[in-house]
Parts: sequence; C-alpha cells; structure tokens
Amino acid sequence: MTNADTTIEKSGNPEEAAVPPPGSAHVPAKKVPQGHKRLLTKRDRLTLSLMAGLPTILHIALVWVTALASILLAFTTWDGIGFASITWVGLDNFKELFTNNPQFWPAVEHNVVWFVVLILIPTPLGLFLAVQLDKNIRFSRVYQTAFFLPVVLSMAVIGFVWQLVYNPDTGLINSLIGANEPGKYIDWIGDPDLNLWAILIAASWRHTGYMMILYLAGLKGVDPALREASALDGAGEWQTFKNVVFPTLRPTNTIVLVVTIIEALRAFDLVFVFNKGAEGTELLSILVTNNIIGESSRIGYGSAIAVVLLVISLAVIIPYLIATFRKERRA
Amino acid sequence: MHVTPSGLSVPGTSRRTLLRGMGGAAALGAGIPLLSACGGSGTAADPKTVTVGSNASDAVPKKAFADIYAAFTKDSGLKVDVNTKDHNTFQEQINSYLQGTPDDVFHWFAGYRMQFFAAKGLATPIDDVWKSIEGNFPDAMKKLSKGEDGKYYFVPLYTYPWALFYRKSVFQEKGYEVPTTWDQLVALCKQMQKDGLVPIAFGDKDAWPAMGTFDQLNFRANGYDFHVELMAGKASWTDAKVRKVFDLWTEILPYHQDGAVGRTWQDAAQTLASKKAGMYLLGTFVGQQFTNEADREDLDFFAFPEIDPAYGQDTVEAPTDGFMLSKAKKNHEGAVKLLEYLGTPAAEEIYLKSDPNVVAASTKADTSSYSALQKKAYEMISGAKSLTQFMDRDSRPDFTSTVMQPALQKFIRDPKQVDSILSSIERQKKTIFASS
Repeated sequence: MTNADTTIEKSGNPEEAAVPPPGSAHVPAKKVPQGHKRLLTKRDRLTLSLMAGLPTILHIALVWVTALASILLAFTTWDGIGFASITWVGLDNFKELFTNNPQFWPAVEHNVVWFVVLILIPTPLGLFLAVQLDKNIRFSRVYQTAFFLPVVLSMAVIGFVWQLVYNPDTGLINSLIGANEPGKYIDWIGDPDLNLWAILIAASWRHTGYMMILYLAGLKGVDPALREASALDGAGEWQTFKNVVFPTLRPTNTIVLVVTIIEALRAFDLVFVFNKGAEGTELLSILVTNNIIGESSRIGYGSAIAVVLLVISLAVIIPYLIATFRKERRA
Repeated sequence: MHVTPSGLSVPGTSRRTLLRGMGGAAALGAGIPLLSACGGSGTAADPKTVTVGSNASDAVPKKAFADIYAAFTKDSGLKVDVNTKDHNTFQEQINSYLQGTPDDVFHWFAGYRMQFFAAKGLATPIDDVWKSIEGNFPDAMKKLSKGEDGKYYFVPLYTYPWALFYRKSVFQEKGYEVPTTWDQLVALCKQMQKDGLVPIAFGDKDAWPAMGTFDQLNFRANGYDFHVELMAGKASWTDAKVRKVFDLWTEILPYHQDGAVGRTWQDAAQTLASKKAGMYLLGTFVGQQFTNEADREDLDFFAFPEIDPAYGQDTVEAPTDGFMLSKAKKNHEGAVKLLEYLGTPAAEEIYLKSDPNVVAASTKADTSSYSALQKKAYEMISGAKSLTQFMDRDSRPDFTSTVMQPALQKFIRDPKQVDSILSSIERQKKTIFASS
C-alpha cells in the first residue's frame, strides 16, 4: 500500500514500519484523498464496477432470482405456456407430494442411502488407498492414475458403461454367472431390491478415487516430524495413524464430508442414464426433472420437489456454516 | 474526476459510480434478451421461403424428408428451410419452442398431443388446407387430424400399427396357429413355454412399451370409447373395467419375458430375432432390429386376439406422425402450399421409399411397392373401425410420464399390488387433470 511504502521510505527502518508509531494516525488521514485519487482513476472505477458488478448481477439473476422464482412457483400450478396460466394453489403441491406421490418418500430415502453408503464405503476405502500410496510404494503414480481415472469420466459415461455391465441379457455379470437364461434372470437394472445397490457400486467406484485424491493431498500436508516423533515414542503404524495423522487430517475430513453431501444431493446423471430413476432408484433430482423438463411441464409441482431438495440442502449447510463462523470468531 | 476535501466522500462517489455501473450493466443485460425477442418476431419474412421445424434427426428419415422438400421446391418454386433438432430434444423443448419463434410448419403427432397445442392457441387451424386434401384420407385419419373445436390442425403423413409379431418359420416348424381369441392366445403361450420358448418377449426399461400392452388389452376388453374416456381422465382407474384389464394382464404376465423392467425394447426384439421368443407385442418399427434380410422376410404379425366379442378386433393402435402449422407463421401462404403438398399421395410415396417400416396415411398412395408386411399393416389400418394413437399420445403427457410409466413398471414387477397401484393412479390423476 502507498501509505506503508511512504512510511518505510521515511523511516528507513522496516521493523519500525511494521508497527506504526502512535502519533502517525493523523498522517495517513491527510494522505487518503491523494492515495485514493491515485488508486481509483475513472478507468479503474469502470473496471471495478464491471468486475464486481457483472458477477453480482449474474449471481443475483442466476442464483437468487431463479431460486426465489422456484420457491414462488412451488405454490402454483403452471404448464409453462404463457404467464397467464399460472394459478396460485397454496400448499396443494406439497400436500399432494407428501401424501399422494408414491415416488416421493422412496426418493428422499434413496438420497439418504446414497449419502450413508458413500460415507461408509468409498470414503474409508479412499482414505486407505491414499495412506498406502502416501508410502511412496513402487508405481505409486500408476496406481494413482488408475484409481483417479473414473473421476475424470463424466457421470453419464459411467452410467452407460455400468449399464452395459449390468445388462440382464448381454451384460458381463449375468453372462459370467449364467443368469441370462429365462427363469434365472437377475435383473440388476429393474429389480428395486437390487438396482439401487448396483448403481451405488458404480457411484462408489468413482467416489473412491475422488476421496483418495482429497486424502492424498491432505496426507502430503502432514508434517513428517509428527510421524517421526510418534515413531520415537514407540507408536506402531496403526497407532500413529489413529492418534497422530488422522487428527491432523481434520480440514480434509470437513471437505470430504461437504463433498459427499453434495454428491448425495446432486446424484442424478448416473441414475438417469442407468435406468431413468425407475422403481428402486427414485431420487429427488430425477423427480424434479421428470416433472419440469420435457413435455410434462408440471412446473409448479416440480418446483415444490425442488424446494424440498433446497430445504434439505439448507438443513445441511446452515449448521455447517454456523459451526465454521463460530470457529472463526473464536480464533 | 470529482475531488472532494473530505476523504470519506471519495469512496462514496465510487460506490455510487459502482451502483450506476451496475444499473447500466443490468439494463444492458435485461435489454439483450428483449431486443433479441423483438428481432425474432419482427423480421420480415421471405415470401419465397417456408421454414420447417423437424424432429427427423436420424439419417434415413432426414434424407426422406429432404427428398420431399426438394420435390416441393421443384413443384412450387418455394424454398423450404429445414431446422432439424434431435428427436428427443425436439419433443422435450416443444413447449418453449412453440411459444418462442417457431418455424412455419413443424413435425408433430396426431392425438391428444396435437389437440393440446391447438387448444392452447399455439397452432393455427388449417381447414383451408384440408379443402384440397380431404379426398386423400379415410375417415379415421380425418378424425385424428381435428382439434377439440372440430377444426383441422394436422396433416398426417405416415402411420404404423401395433400388433403381435412372430417368425413364420418358428410357427411353421412347431405347428402353431395364429390365435384369434383370448383362450387361444393363452393356450399358445402355454404350448410355447412347454416347447422351451419365451412366449412373449418383453422389455420395459424405457417405460413406454408396457403402455402398448395396456392399450391392447383395454380396447379389446372395454372398447374404443372406454379407451378415449379413460385417457381423457373422465373414467376412473378404480373402475371394474380397468381392474379387468389388469386381471387379464396378470393372467398372461407369467408368459412374458422376465426381468422386463431392466431390458430395452431393442434387446427384447433380439430375443424374437434369435428365435428364443415366440411373439412380441410392438409397433412395426420392430423391423429395424431385423437387420438380416432373410430374418426380415420371416417376420410377420397378427392383430391382438379378440377378448370381448362385442368389440372384436375393430380397434387398431396406429400412431400417426405428420405436420402442424404454428401460430407464429411468417409465410402463411407458402406454409399452406407446403401442407397441401404434404397431404398428397406423392409426398407420402417419396417418404415410404426410404422407411419400409411404416405405411402411408393416405388411402390414395400407391401400395404396389409395399412389402408384404407393409401391405398387411395397410390393410389392418384401413379396415379398422377406430384408430388409437398410444397411451402417451392419447392422454396428457404429464400424466403418462410421471404417473403411468412408473405405475405400470411396478405392476409388471409385482402384479399382486394391483389394487394399491390403481387407487394411487386414480388419486394422482385427479390432481393432474384438475389443474388447467
């Protein structure tokens, strides 16, 4: 900053400059207009307003206006043709959703199952792989690439690939175990007792790599001195990990939790490609899409489902933000 | 630049400038779509060009339509500007497409899906077109082309029937006879099962094929009029008549290929092609899966057997594709000329040359080049007392896609739950049909 620069020039002593002398409070006040004059020329202000203004406008228009519009539409019915056909129906959409829609509660349940499974299986697995790869074993890079590859693929591609694996007639699994004969079919895609788990295997396959990379980054940041110290204290590998390394991974764990919640709530593309959210794999995001997009155009009703999804997201985000802010205030 | 004596007012000015900048940018942002909207509807139309919105994105039909338009241009001197979109995308965006700046003429389907846009004022009546093409079509087609207000809104081009497909060689080899009554069908299914065949191939992963089975059972058991009432949301899904349809279905469901909800219709068709299945209920487009010429010639079909003698086999499910005139047409005269041309046998013949799985909607079109299968399809349709379009074309798409598709998949998997499924359908139907 200009003020700091001038102080340094005058005093010639950096140490003194770092702590401004008590009497200097008036000096910067005099220099403010000059400083700002130099800081913000006409062009600067234009640039600034464009740089701050445009994103703000886009943010308001694309996030806030649409979110509020969707909340408002949730209390109406609208077929999407002309604004005149919007009619206010109060809470009817929600009543219909909670009491009459046979797909709604399963969808909520599946979103929850999705989260629980991602946290219980691929996350520890990713952590395990990260710990192994962190040991600088041979071909570490090759393994890293192999495990991370599914994360690079788009969800739609993953859905398509796994759908081929699970195909009841020509798929890999049924062909291998001979379950593609009449009477012996294992319907991985259509059977509601199986299909969610079949898809979750595909989702976990991808999520493991994602978690591995996050934890690997976290592990690289762990101070080697800590390990050394615990080794000197006579701690075994597991004890070191449990008592020393894992606690230092706390920031990574927070990221992992947030990422996994987001993954569980936005789960859509994989299932949509896999079986379009047939019975057993209903998800809130798919219900929103089925009702709003396409010819069905039940925009009010679809918005009501979207609002439920929003409320669930907020229920997760708000406690997280409160905790973060509290921590910041304490610090 | 405004220089103030007080340091505090400077940030004030800059904040104001910032806000002004934001306001300006907001006005700019809001202005762009408005301007483009004006531009879209305001452009003067070229009287020599007709625009067409097409969903024929596959290579074969795309070429066929291009041939039709080339012939029209030669005929009338009017240029046709085709705007082709992916088939499914076209269907999904149809609402916003028709409200925005649609092309003069657009591809669409007959039935409720056509009447819906007519009633919403998104299509223009074309009684003037029909004055010249009326003689080309049978009464059933005329009925299909009218909106709820009795005016014409649609020009049909081609159609295809739904029926039970089988392989002649399999029937010959095993000595099967084509069933004409329900009891014969059930007996045939039993026999096929004994012979180690899957009696009826079935794949409902895409969720629409089951609607075809329901339609057949429904209009055979309850007649065409009940089909119309049920699809229009007037009859109740908890009616004993509907329950009867599901009872019949439950009776033959064990003879359907199992694991149907996870199988695409293409895979199901392959089981018929490979002689593992005896029959398959689908539209004539099943022929697309018979790539081998010899297999193709071996393919044959018969109408779904009679259930109630009062209705016999008088109804045929024959989805019909054609054209409509948008509300925002820029070249009305040219568009009318194009629609008149599309309603002629000549245009249909050009199309059929490239797609041997469908038949012409017009009775005047030349049938001499038809394959045996096409001839049979043509006879079936022209002999029908009533034509239906298919559940998702005869009813509200929001009802069929969000309620019926999952409900039928559930029934196929677990037919015992039929009562709770039907009462759930009825409850949801009431709210959907009550809105708008």
